[in-house]
Amino acid sequence: MLKQCEGSHAVAEAVALCRPEVICAYPISPQTHIVEGLGEMVKAEDLKDCEFINVESEFAAMSVAIGSSAAGARTYTATASQGLLYMAEAVYNASGLGLPIVMTVANRAIGAPINIWNDHSDSLSQRDCGWIQLFAETNQEALDLHIQAFKLAEELSLPVMVCMDGFILTHAYERVDVPTQEQVDAYLPPYEPRQVLDVNEPVSIGAMVGPEAFMEVRYLAHAKQMQALELIPQLATEFEKVFGRDSGGLIHTYRAEDAETMVIAMGSVLGTIKDVVDEMRDAGHKIGVLGITTFRPFPLLAVAAALKHCKRFLVLEKSLAVGIGGIVATNVRMAVTGMGLKGYTVVAGLGGRAITMKSLTSLFEKAGRDELDLLTFLDLDWNAVNKQLDREKQTRRSGPAAEAMLRDLGTVASKIS
Amino acid sequence: MFQVRIHGRGGQGVVTAAEMLSIAAFEEGRHAQAFPSFGSERTGAPVVAFCRIADKEIRLREPIMNPDALIIQDPTLLHQVDVFAGLKKDGFILINTNKSFEELGLGDFVRDWHHDRLCTVAATDLSRKHVGRPMPNVPLLGGFAAVSGIIKLESVIMAINDKFSGKVAAGNIAGATEAYDIVRAEMEEARRKEAAHA
Repeated sequence: MLKQCEGSHAVAEAVALCRPEVICAYPISPQTHIVEGLGEMVKAEDLKDCEFINVESEFAAMSVAIGSSAAGARTYTATASQGLLYMAEAVYNASGLGLPIVMTVANRAIGAPINIWNDHSDSLSQRDCGWIQLFAETNQEALDLHIQAFKLAEELSLPVMVCMDGFILTHAYERVDVPTQEQVDAYLPPYEPRQVLDVNEPVSIGAMVGPEAFMEVRYLAHAKQMQALELIPQLATEFEKVFGRDSGGLIHTYRAEDAETMVIAMGSVLGTIKDVVDEMRDAGHKIGVLGITTFRPFPLLAVAAALKHCKRFLVLEKSLAVGIGGIVATNVRMAVTGMGLKGYTVVAGLGGRAITMKSLTSLFEKAGRDELDLLTFLDLDWNAVNKQLDREKQTRRSGPAAEAMLRDLGTVASKIS
Repeated sequence: MFQVRIHGRGGQGVVTAAEMLSIAAFEEGRHAQAFPSFGSERTGAPVVAFCRIADKEIRLREPIMNPDALIIQDPTLLHQVDVFAGLKKDGFILINTNKSFEELGLGDFVRDWHHDRLCTVAATDLSRKHVGRPMPNVPLLGGFAAVSGIIKLESVIMAINDKFSGKVAAGNIAGATEAYDIVRAEMEEARRKEAAHA
C-alpha cells in the first residue's frame, strides 16, 4: 500500500512484517524513531510474539541480540554513530559466531567533535567486522533491504547491517510502498537456525580457538561473504518477483552507457548525483553513475565490469580515512587494478555538510577535464582551516581547535544550509 | 517542482507542518518530500523544515536554497535569521502575524512583488481560539493552501486527520479553514487594489 510517512516509520513497519521475536535497543539519534515505532507496535500487540527489551547501553543491546539469536529467535536492533562504536566488541562477536542478527545503522558522524548529523563514518569504521553491509538510496529501498536482510542473514548465518542516511532518510517523509504480510511471508520463511542453544541437544557456541584452527575459522567468515556475493543478486531477483520492485543487489548503474566519467557513491546522495548527471547529459557530457548497494562483501568484479568502458572515475564518499583519504575509493581502486583508469577521491558531506547540485556540477565538470586533485574535500572552507593552522603555527597554546573555528565562524543560526 | 521552506521556532510544530504539507500533496497523488533542517531540537531555537512537491519521483536531497514559497511561523525571526535567502522573485510569502508587511518593516523588500502572493494571518490567535494552544503550524497550512493554490484545503484536512484525532483534529480543521478564508479574502482584496491601480 502506498503511504506518505517518515523513513524510520517505513523501516519499523518493514521490520515488523518480518516477524522479529526479539528487539533490543538503546536509543541514539537518528535511529530512535525506528525502535520507538517498533516498541509501540509490540506494546499495542500489533506485533505479536515479540519481546521488546530495553537495555542500558549499546554494548548490552548487541549482547542481548547475540544471546537471543543463539537461542533461535529472529533478532533485530538498531544503532548509530558512537552507539555502534560502543558495541563494537560485541559486533565482532556476532559475526564471528555466525549469528544472523539484522541491525539498522542510521548513519551519523563520529566525534569528536560531537556531531549528530549524517555521514558514513560509523558503518565504515566497522567495514572489517564481518557483517554484511547494505546501503539504502531511498526510504523505499531501506524498507525493501530490511526484508531482504533477514533472508540473507538467515541463509548464510551471518549478521547484516542495513545502513541508511541519518536524518536525510530516517527523518524524511516520502512515498513508500509498504508490502502486505502475505507478500513478506511468501518471501521470508520462518527462521531455521543453523546453530541453536537447546537444552535437549546441548552445544557450546563461542569456543576458544587457538592457532591450530583460528585462521581456518576466520577464512570461513571470508568464504561466507564470498557466498553472499552470489546470494545477494539472487535474493534481489526473488524479491522483484514477489514485490515487483528492483531493490537491493550488489550495484546499480545509471546512464552508464558510453560514459567517459563514472561517479561512484553510496546512499541517499545518489539521488542528487542522478539529478546532476541528467542535467550534464543534456549539456552533452558523457557521464554516468555507479551506486554501490553492497559494501560488504565488496563486489570487486561487478564494480570492475561497471567501469570497464569509462576513462575516469570519481568516488564521492561521506567518509574520511584520516591519514590516507578515501575508504570507498580505496576499495574501488582495488577493483580496477591494472585497468589504467584515472581515479579521483572526493570526501563530501562530513557531519551533515549539505551536498548541493551546484557544487557537484562544478566538481564533475572539473573531473571531466581531468583538472581535479587526486583527493578533494568538497566545499571545504579553506579560510577557516588556514586561519587555525596559522594560529597553531604562531602560538604554542593555540587552544582547542573546534571551539576556535566556531568562534571564527560566528553565529550559524542565520544560515539555511 | 514546487519547493516550500518553513521557518519557525522549536515547539511551534515546524517539522510537523512540512510533514503534513507532504501528506496533503500525497493525498492529491503527487510526489512529496518533507525533511527538517536536522538541528538539535531545542524549544525556542530557530528551526527550518522543507517540503518539495512534484509530479515525478523526487531524488534531490539538498536543502531548499531557492524556495518558491516561504511560511514564516514566527515573525520575530525576521530580523534574526535570513529567512528570505534565495527566495524566488515573486515567490509566495505567508507570515504568522497580525501586522502588515509594512508594519513588519518589509515594505521595501516586497515593493515590486505581486501583492496577492504576500499574505499574513494571525495563526497563533486562530490556534488559541480553536485548539486552545499557541500552535500556528496547522492554520498556516490552511492559509498556504489559499495563497499558493498548490494544495487544496480538503487535502490539508486529510493531512490533519492523518496526524491528529478527536478534539485536536476538529480544532485544527476549524483553524485551518478559518485561516484559508481569511487569506482568500486578503488575496481578493489585494487583486482588487492592483486592478484599481492598473
